[in-house]
Amino acid sequence: MSFDVAAVRRQFPILSEIIDGRPIHYLDNGASAQTPLAVIDAVRHYETTSRANVLRGVHRLAERATEAYENARAEVATFLGVQPMETVFTGGCTAAINLVAYSYGSLLKPGDRILLSELEHHSNIVPWQLLRTRSGVELDMIPVTDDGRIDLAELPRLLTPKTKLVSLAHVSNVTGALLDVRAVVSAANAVGAKVMLDGAQRAPHGPLDLPSLGIDFYVFAGHKAYGPNGIGVLWGRPELLEAMPPFMGGGSMIGRVTFAETTWAPAPRRFEAGTPAIGPAIGLGAACTWMQRLDWSAAHDHEMALVQRLMDGLQRVDGTHLFGPASLQNRYPVVSFTLDGVHPHDVAQTLDSFGVAVRAGHHCAQPLMDRFDLDGTTRVSMAPYNDNSDIDALLAGVAHAAKTLR
Amino acid sequence: MNDQLYQDRIVALAKAKTGAGRLEAPTKSARRDNPLCGDRVTIDVKLDGQGRITEIAHQVRGCLLCQASASALSAVAVGRDAAGIAEVRHDAERALGRQAGEAHEPFTAFVPVAAHKSRQECVLLPLEALKDALA
Repeated sequence: MSFDVAAVRRQFPILSEIIDGRPIHYLDNGASAQTPLAVIDAVRHYETTSRANVLRGVHRLAERATEAYENARAEVATFLGVQPMETVFTGGCTAAINLVAYSYGSLLKPGDRILLSELEHHSNIVPWQLLRTRSGVELDMIPVTDDGRIDLAELPRLLTPKTKLVSLAHVSNVTGALLDVRAVVSAANAVGAKVMLDGAQRAPHGPLDLPSLGIDFYVFAGHKAYGPNGIGVLWGRPELLEAMPPFMGGGSMIGRVTFAETTWAPAPRRFEAGTPAIGPAIGLGAACTWMQRLDWSAAHDHEMALVQRLMDGLQRVDGTHLFGPASLQNRYPVVSFTLDGVHPHDVAQTLDSFGVAVRAGHHCAQPLMDRFDLDGTTRVSMAPYNDNSDIDALLAGVAHAAKTLR
Repeated sequence: MNDQLYQDRIVALAKAKTGAGRLEAPTKSARRDNPLCGDRVTIDVKLDGQGRITEIAHQVRGCLLCQASASALSAVAVGRDAAGIAEVRHDAERALGRQAGEAHEPFTAFVPVAAHKSRQECVLLPLEALKDALA
């Protein structure tokens, strides 16, 4: 394999940390990925050479800050294959979904329907429930197949002329399943529904070409994509963003303010009220450029080889059950499993004593846990910097938990 | 491999499953969920005329710490009223380092959890459920 994982690892300072005499085996990337020097340096550069507010000042630091902030927007747009003016910085992925639910949602009428799925993260369920309470829209749910994919065979039954939006995870944060976007867009278009993808688990695995997907909105989180916390992105079709009212009011998002009336700035500023998270935005721009430079074909092969090693290893431990697609096709490196007789939190706690970081619990996807009648799972989520030693340490920890905790 | 948290006494308490199950015709019952991790504890009690526990049972859908705590609680609950259970709660809080003073058996088993703040709610969940049942 041509992928030089050691070279990638060297760019992530935290991976050489030693805690209690053990190296870190960081396999909780689905919750928050680690950040490379390129991002740390970009944020530090802004804070030490260009720190000022954006868009307002005329002094040189303000000019530098504004240029860096808008350059970051361009870097993110390039990563998504879209235009900067269609790219809105938000407080995170959750904030981006809430923005759409509030703003696009305000254009919907009682009785309009929004289609979600059973495997959505709570952040792609609860904002729509709040909208339902506010405005009387109805929510529908696509069930999940036994192998943890959204069951698209159900689409014809669930899509109606009343369906205005289909909002789905691009990649599941529990099963790693990749959505068949083409099938969803084709079916949604047939009834005139818009499509939004929650890209939180897809964006960390390489550049996108959103126009080719035919979707209407895309959201993702900075901290899961090797960037800082407190920053996320909403991409929207320009004609949709133009039709949407602001989510929050304040500075930067206005055209002209009088006490009688206020007009709105065009997108993206209309949706960026107040001083934005400038440093985090610059960091996310750097993260997107960092991702842009990686050979993702090789990185994906590397990640999926780790998935195979993990799945093979787990199946050798008596009493493990894997959730999600059995094949490596159309999936990303997120693997959930249970161990008979041992609660997922106890698996995760034992793994911590082996230096292995994973996530355990319901993964903010309680409807999916209910679907499989699970209290929770242990989730292993990988990034290009993970290597065989991470997987082997995890497998040793799982074997230890199986031996000592049941 | 030395698991600092899962020491033998905690594992033994969990495996003992003291009081595990449900009671038929309990005087009172309560269920508590931990929304962060999804753990769920259901407690049934039978009470005498003075409000003292004569029988207790628990159903835990949760981790080892939660199971161990429910076992420990069941082992000391019979004969206690709400005030007596509040005393047990203090014991658990002492073991977790949240209150000053020495914890008593069997909650001394949870002293290792003092260093794991994110897991302390797992220990306290059965106590919360029992408090609700006695309220």
